[in-house]
Amino acid sequence: MYRYDELDQAFVEQRVAEFRDQTRRYLAGELSEDQFRPLRLRNGLYIQRHAPMLRIAIPYGLLASHQLRRLADIARRYDRGYGHFTTRQNLQLNWPALADVPDILAELASVQMHAIQTSGNCVRNVTADHLAGIARDEVDDPRPYCELIRQWATLHPEFTYLPRKFKIAVTGSPEDRAASEVHDVGLHLVRGDDGALGFAVLVGGGLGRTPIIGTCIREFLPLSELFAYLEAILRVYNRFGRRDNIHKARIKILVKSLGAERFREQVEAEWEAGRESAPHPAAAEVERVRAFFRPQRYETLEDFDATAGRDSAFRAWYRYNTRPHRVPGYRAVFVSLKAHAAVPGDMSSAQMEAVAALAERVSFGLVRTTHTQNLLLADVRQRDLFDVWRELAALELATPNIGTLTDMIACPGLDFCSLANAGTIKVARQIQQRFDDLDYLYDLGEIELKMSGCMNACGHHHVGHIGVLGVDKHGEEWYQISLGGSANGRTALGEVIGPSVPQHEVAPAIERIVEVYRELREDGERFIDTLRRVGHDPFRERAYALHPAAA
Amino acid sequence: MRCILRQRELVADPWRHLGEEAGDGDSLIVPFAQLRTDPQRWRTRSGPLGVRLAPADRAEELAAELPRLSLVAVEFPNPGDGRGYTTGRLLRERWRFAGELRAVGAGVRQDQVFLLARCGFDALELAEGEDPAAALRALQRYDVAYQPGAPGVALRRQRFFA
Repeated sequence: MYRYDELDQAFVEQRVAEFRDQTRRYLAGELSEDQFRPLRLRNGLYIQRHAPMLRIAIPYGLLASHQLRRLADIARRYDRGYGHFTTRQNLQLNWPALADVPDILAELASVQMHAIQTSGNCVRNVTADHLAGIARDEVDDPRPYCELIRQWATLHPEFTYLPRKFKIAVTGSPEDRAASEVHDVGLHLVRGDDGALGFAVLVGGGLGRTPIIGTCIREFLPLSELFAYLEAILRVYNRFGRRDNIHKARIKILVKSLGAERFREQVEAEWEAGRESAPHPAAAEVERVRAFFRPQRYETLEDFDATAGRDSAFRAWYRYNTRPHRVPGYRAVFVSLKAHAAVPGDMSSAQMEAVAALAERVSFGLVRTTHTQNLLLADVRQRDLFDVWRELAALELATPNIGTLTDMIACPGLDFCSLANAGTIKVARQIQQRFDDLDYLYDLGEIELKMSGCMNACGHHHVGHIGVLGVDKHGEEWYQISLGGSANGRTALGEVIGPSVPQHEVAPAIERIVEVYRELREDGERFIDTLRRVGHDPFRERAYALHPAAA
Repeated sequence: MRCILRQRELVADPWRHLGEEAGDGDSLIVPFAQLRTDPQRWRTRSGPLGVRLAPADRAEELAAELPRLSLVAVEFPNPGDGRGYTTGRLLRERWRFAGELRAVGAGVRQDQVFLLARCGFDALELAEGEDPAAALRALQRYDVAYQPGAPGVALRRQRFFA
């Protein structure tokens, strides 16, 4: 993985010193709350319902074991001994004290980490395919470009005060595992006609209260033009994006109001006009960064059937929680943060430390975070899988449910977030309890359930096969259910099936919906495929069949 | 007399904004909208002329006028409105404006000056109540940067030109 050089290290240390001074001025009354807000947000610090929340950047989801250990240590000493992994591959601490935050940031800097631009109206943490570098279908590893983007976007002099937040995802595989089509910019590594590498550039996707799928405005952008083109996009957005209404300020609204074609023309004109002054990273610099992402020193091994002679529990885990690897003899292993009684994405300090130690023994000392709120050990020898399973099981991190209904995405909701309308954690628990039978879960197969506590859509409910959105009705928590969304392969936005239901009705309604699938599915058909084939009506009818909800 | 930070020094400001007391020979900053309404009135003044751009003004419409101008002031009405950063870079990089480029408005605070200087602003008319000494220190908060930028701050290392 990338390691800081002297410039990177000096930068994060100077950033900490700056924020320490800003915090001091705020606490001394020299900065008002309004003046401090944009400064603290650009260092990942929110003021939440109960306490500040600090969002720590995990650039493109890659962590070294010593970094994970430090996160565990920080969570224990400055927080309550756990953290929450998010859909942007970051880690959130829910209970730090404001006055401690500069010290926490200094500790992060000491292990080459930071919380810069994890919030605020600026370019956010860039995300990537969690199988980057090991996927069999990969065109090229997206991570060197992610790192270059991270550096370019960090305290960019022109683009640190944008109309609204700006999220970039990069994928190197034809199968989009990074939800790139619902990002402000999605970059797909592709090969041009002559075999040269470049990017397809998608713009204007996003969730929130106006969900939109991104539009491709350039089929092929040469690698060397990446930053010139990104600057052109951001410049058009910075100048002409709306600033009068926070709900209409994302780039997707600008793209929509201009029309994708006119937006594209403006970007291309700006790109052309800015050719001389736009940044082009030196070739040596690109090579320097690429060198950090060379393949691991894999052993020469052959694939073998790790499940032979093993019991059904291990077989189930192998089937659901591991993935193929580009290199023979290896597999990628999910660390499930979706245990049946756990908050989706939460992990204790003790678990983090144990996984860090495990990664050092079996996966080159590296851990990845996924946008589905799990961790991944990317490079595990197949012959180690059984031992890894036993260790993870002892840590309650081996629930064999990855890709199933209980591997749900959920935001922290009302329990922590001051924006939320609804207690998503409670609903998640009700769903886990209702679907705690693994055989039943396996019979249902691949289903993506995504839940957000408000329309800001941190839980990506629009792109869940089943989406759940918490809404406030006269001070009560109600839940809107949508069906048919998808974020990978064929991106689609779900359609709300009808009136919202009260909290205790969410899990039963989902059960009735999946029962329809069990009745109507054809051989080997996934939930989403049945839904696409037969349409929403049969599901809609049954969802409300027993308990018609008040409109 | 107003003081401003110019090229990292606190100096007395010889310029007047339209509406402030000024004689015909004084250096005067006129809003772009005024200049467009009655260009001759301002061009025939004997003193140096500067133009003030509001956040929504299109800098390209000023491009033809730039050779006649000694100063362009760009408004930052609050710290969150970042349009002026783009305006600054465009004026410097695209139209090669070599006169004084000044940031003005309530958004020009010590926590913004490093970025402003990197976008080509060589003069900072700080928001009311801002401490110029603190702003001067803030120009030196970082001595490294990832992107190319204007030479307004002293950097010992930059990335993209490395």
